[in-house]
Amino acid sequence: MERELRLMKGNEAVAEAAIRAGADGYFGYPITPQSEILEYLMGANPMETTGMVVLQAESEVAAINMVYGGAGCGKKVMTSSSSPGISLKQEGITYIAGSELPCLIVNVVRGGPGLGTIQPAQSDYFQAVKGGGHGDYHLIVLAPASVQEMADFVDLGFELAFKYRNPVMMLSDGAIGQMMEKVWLSPQKERSKTVPEWATTGKPPTRERNIITSLELNPDNQEKFNQKLVEKYNRIRENEVRFEEFQCSDADYLLVAYGTSARICQKSVQLARGEGLKVGLLRPITLFPFPSKRLSELAEKVSLMISVEMSAGQMVEDVLLSVNGKVPVYHYGRMGGIVPTPDEVVAFLKSKIIGG
Amino acid sequence: MAEVTGIKEIIKPENLVYKRTSVMTDETLHYCPGCGHGTVHRILAEIIDEEGLQSETIGITPVGCSVFLYHYLDIDSQEAAHGRAPALATAIKRLMPEKFVFTYQGDGDLAAIGTSETIHACNRGENFLIIFINNGIYGMTGGQMAPTTLPGMKSSTSPFGRDVKTMGNPLKMTDIVATLPGTYYVTRQSVHTPANVRKTKKAIRKAVQYQKLNKGTCFVEVVSNCPSNWKMTPVQANKWMEENMFPFYPLGDLKDPEKQSTEQK
Amino acid sequence: MTEEIIIAGFGGQGVLSMGKIMIHSAVMQDLEVSWMPSYGPEMRGGTANVTVIVSTERISSPILRQFDTAIILNQQSLDKFEGSVKQGGTLIYDTNGITRHPERKDISVYSIDAVEEAGKMNNPKIFNMIVLGGYLKIKPIIKTENVVKGLQESLPERYHHLIPLNQQAIERGMEIIRKVSES
Repeated sequence: MERELRLMKGNEAVAEAAIRAGADGYFGYPITPQSEILEYLMGANPMETTGMVVLQAESEVAAINMVYGGAGCGKKVMTSSSSPGISLKQEGITYIAGSELPCLIVNVVRGGPGLGTIQPAQSDYFQAVKGGGHGDYHLIVLAPASVQEMADFVDLGFELAFKYRNPVMMLSDGAIGQMMEKVWLSPQKERSKTVPEWATTGKPPTRERNIITSLELNPDNQEKFNQKLVEKYNRIRENEVRFEEFQCSDADYLLVAYGTSARICQKSVQLARGEGLKVGLLRPITLFPFPSKRLSELAEKVSLMISVEMSAGQMVEDVLLSVNGKVPVYHYGRMGGIVPTPDEVVAFLKSKIIGG
Repeated sequence: MAEVTGIKEIIKPENLVYKRTSVMTDETLHYCPGCGHGTVHRILAEIIDEEGLQSETIGITPVGCSVFLYHYLDIDSQEAAHGRAPALATAIKRLMPEKFVFTYQGDGDLAAIGTSETIHACNRGENFLIIFINNGIYGMTGGQMAPTTLPGMKSSTSPFGRDVKTMGNPLKMTDIVATLPGTYYVTRQSVHTPANVRKTKKAIRKAVQYQKLNKGTCFVEVVSNCPSNWKMTPVQANKWMEENMFPFYPLGDLKDPEKQSTEQK
Repeated sequence: MTEEIIIAGFGGQGVLSMGKIMIHSAVMQDLEVSWMPSYGPEMRGGTANVTVIVSTERISSPILRQFDTAIILNQQSLDKFEGSVKQGGTLIYDTNGITRHPERKDISVYSIDAVEEAGKMNNPKIFNMIVLGGYLKIKPIIKTENVVKGLQESLPERYHHLIPLNQQAIERGMEIIRKVSES
């Protein structure tokens, strides 16, 4: 089957990719700038074609708990929201992580804190990468930088979620959600008929009952479970790091950026190289697990790194931990829904080269 | 030597009048003496057994005293966050419409933190059964005031009695959901006497049948007691419940279209 | 070839849809495209703008500060974006409602009376297609026949009977655009 070329908004691409990935259910609640996902799915009415359930919940809290219920039945289920809504979902997300359920959560980030702005931002990095809700847990975090990746990471997200029985977050932002680009869509997959052995689908006489829970009152058992999670996260760190390098081989200076910022930095690299500065870009595709090993290697070759983010400086902490003092690391960021421009980044880089 | 040989003569299938329901597990219930939970668990287990639903059932357990319901019923279960059971059940039933899905929730879970999930699931007419155990108190956390605590009733967070001026009035969730077009069958029962146990079992069985027919949300409230946190003996607690809870939460059907059409009251 | 364009005007003027038609048409010629709208609560009457990039190369940043071409449809947008046109770049504007005209001497400025012309053609909705026609006259990066194909792609089927009218509007735009000053 051939892939199909379309021009779509990032949000629409997520929705269409969900149908094509054979998702069983989507549960959402409107919030700018991601409402097109729910709108598109309601308009597409996949119940008639693939049998996918699409439901507008009464709140983000209800939506994520619907995801919990569906995931507990072994179904491919997902939700999407934007920053304030993702905060509301954190309760459900930690229960999902604590019950080791697979699901996909899309965050089309907008600026905060609080109600903040509806314009794009990357200020939810800590929340996505360090846990978000209570308790020791991690999400697998994918950072798309194009409409194409908004579509591709739906499939990848479900694959990783089921491989590790772990919630996956696609950390996008308002710019990628709203922009239109070419996207090659995968052919329609059939919805899976296989039932994972842990799923609650009704207990047949042939097996013990399945229980989905995150409750364990015995501290010894709870610690064993926590240890099991740690081992899982280590396996994920070992096997699932993804990143993209852009003109890094001869770079003297390295920009580190994900998502929209990475797109901007690609242009910055072009501009700076036009002025004779050997600049490279490392774009983390997975934010958890973070490409620490590769950054540590590059720290041997470059003389400085700049973490470019639409935040007050969040990913820069992971860059600092990765290079462990080998090179100076700076943060350049814009906030409040302002997107840095390529020339701004170049100007900041030059100021650090001269200043450093 | 005592005459023990006679017992073997007595234990014969034809003499068997009572046995453990197969859908109940061997786990020892953790409930306090006199508590209604065990009875409602057993009723559920019997119905699942008698209707042959074990392989079709997914139960959603709450946060509250009955959090470990999944230890006692030999069925597939999901443990919900506090108040969120109807959201889980919504997705489960929509994704697997042929299954039998129920939630089992207490008054704090259903009528305080989960008010929104309860009302919206009922309003959408989600086709599952909600079992609501109302004993007017937070049991598991040690006897705090619940949304259903009666006016003047003492609890650890209303030590001088519930003052409705400052603490609000008891919430009659069952009456509220009965007004919603999405609910099909709404009833209020109790399990403090054998007759009431039979009525509750009848009500839950009816709800099971309605779910098979895709009729919409069925809501069965069971007005119950909490001897430990009410600080009474089981007998006193049941008497107090009859005298105080029942006038405020009267037993009977609040909504049953089929009963109206057949009995023409 | 890379052409970086900002289209700016009132919400409801068809600014965003004009950008959409451009990218749909450009894809017909196997070009790379991106369409990055300003988004917000303004639906009608507020300001709206969209950054459109059309290129033979993979597009890096969809968000820009400097543009090859600015297509300006109201005074607020002229005030905001006149300074964002690259040296030697192009500014196209509709004079309708403009009280302060473009002042830069290092860019080429064109005007198009599209609002007036749409009025004459008895269809205010084709205003943006007249502007698009004017743009394509100055920057013929997309062939008219591909714009027609782009319209077929981007318009819902129920509007397809309006495609000939849109084509007429494009042609009219090509005729009425005029040079104001050159860099």
